[in-house]
Amino acid sequence: MSVQKNKSRMGFIIILPSLILIGIFVYYFIFWTIRTSFSNWNSFSSLLRGVYKYVGFRNYERIFMDPRFQTDLWNTLFFTLFFILGSVGLGLFLANLIDKGIKGSRFFQNLFLFPMAISFVVTGTVWSWIFAPGNFPNDPQGLNLLFKKLGLEKLQWMWYTSSESIGHFNLALIAVIIAAVWQMSGYIMAMYLAGLKAIPEEILEAARVDGANERYIFWKIKMPLLKPITLSAMIVLGHVSLKIFDLIYAMTGSGPNNVTDVPAIYMFELTFRSNKYAMGSAISVIMLLMVAVIIIPYLYSSLRRGVSS
Amino acid sequence: MTKTKLIISYIILIIISLFFITPFYVTLITSFKSLNEVSIATMWNFPKHFSLEGFIGAYKKLAPNMKNSFYLTIPATIISAVLGSINGFALSKLKFKYSNLIFALILFGMFIPYQSVLFPLIRFFQKIGLYGTIHALIIIHVIYGIPITTLMFKNYYEEIPDELIEAASIDGANLYDVYTKVLLPISIPGFVVVAIWQFTNIWNEFLFAVTVTNNPAKQPITVALVNLAGSQVVEWNIQMAGALIAALPTLIVYIALGKYFIRGLLAGSVKG
Repeated sequence: MSVQKNKSRMGFIIILPSLILIGIFVYYFIFWTIRTSFSNWNSFSSLLRGVYKYVGFRNYERIFMDPRFQTDLWNTLFFTLFFILGSVGLGLFLANLIDKGIKGSRFFQNLFLFPMAISFVVTGTVWSWIFAPGNFPNDPQGLNLLFKKLGLEKLQWMWYTSSESIGHFNLALIAVIIAAVWQMSGYIMAMYLAGLKAIPEEILEAARVDGANERYIFWKIKMPLLKPITLSAMIVLGHVSLKIFDLIYAMTGSGPNNVTDVPAIYMFELTFRSNKYAMGSAISVIMLLMVAVIIIPYLYSSLRRGVSS
Repeated sequence: MTKTKLIISYIILIIISLFFITPFYVTLITSFKSLNEVSIATMWNFPKHFSLEGFIGAYKKLAPNMKNSFYLTIPATIISAVLGSINGFALSKLKFKYSNLIFALILFGMFIPYQSVLFPLIRFFQKIGLYGTIHALIIIHVIYGIPITTLMFKNYYEEIPDELIEAASIDGANLYDVYTKVLLPISIPGFVVVAIWQFTNIWNEFLFAVTVTNNPAKQPITVALVNLAGSQVVEWNIQMAGALIAALPTLIVYIALGKYFIRGLLAGSVKG
């Protein structure tokens, strides 16, 4: 019994340094950011003076009234929506193709996953060149040039410099979404592949004996069993897209009229280019809240499941 | 599967492969062109003459930053893997009161948008005089790496039966011996997975890199690569060669140790 007690005490002592570091660098710093977001530190001199003046929700009011931030929120919404749809759709489709175990599927699996080893910065750099529109139709660049060569001039488009929109959906985001799906769908494929491998062959055999066709097996047997993976995939992709920064910074920046702007880019410019620390902090807090809304329930339920199993 | 279905499967796979290969193809052919040959009109064509101009140019500009990235990534990876292993040991084998709550509190740190700690973090490093240094980035990646490395090792050690630990304890081994003599020798695959994960993420990281290091000579390669594109005339062959150079270390790790890389990816989604 006392050995057990000693072990428990040691466990706590071992974890303590990390807990303190996380306490300071995560929780205390978040508190500090929140505090800053309620201050008047919107110039370098006000920060230098170091006098904290509480201004209530003024920074949040300014941010939410700011047309650029409103655009950012719409962009985040549509980016998240289509990024998740695209990555989950393509990932699931690829996982099923590869799970059939045809010759060479190992090669294709590795190919689809390799973008995960590359940084968003490299991805953004390369795709920005591919999607650069050039002066089409006469002097096109990138994909537009390829379309010209293939006689598909009709498909030429402004890509990420386009100012077209459907409702609040800025179509320039399509190029960024394609790059993001290119990067992440292999990851989702790997998650689904692991899930498909875990489905006992007997269940599928039994269904086949009962005369179920492949479509029925996919939608009525496999998909319900893959539900937890779909949820995990959506959480992973969702929190990536709410925070997205590097890809857009390297690929397009804010774009004309902020067509590809997102909160992280605006936060970066406010804090590090315009010295509006309090406004930048307000955006950070809003981003944190958006992420927390999806992460806390997810952590809560998956840890509870972990405890009970 | 019927033959037609098989053929259709291959056709679909090949079409999708084109989507995945295209950026790689463009990068590769462009980086082997000389600046004279890099023109918009021929961007999809194979280089007529192979030229190393792009690579030489990119290497000249990026070599110091590449070195910075290695100085940053290697120590940060090693330290955070060791820390994760110790934490994982404590949380899986030395269960204590509230250990699940503490684990959850630590884990939350890996999901936060780092923007929400960035301003205080920079003020902190300015105050202690480490702002703008590689050391600051090492500290940052070690600390913010705690949640993921702890999670990975905790899951890894939970697969190891408790009896193994208990047997050693009965034999009179203290905790230090249990950890170093029993657990560590069977932790190597765990270390490989965690190290690959951390290496890839730290190497590829951009937000901390661009905000914490302001001096171009101190910046990691991701920042330097973006700055290449920011210059007036973009020399695309250099730019693409630079992208390739920046991606090379993690690509090599992926090609050599892909199996472990995938394991890390799957462990990253909490319960997997």
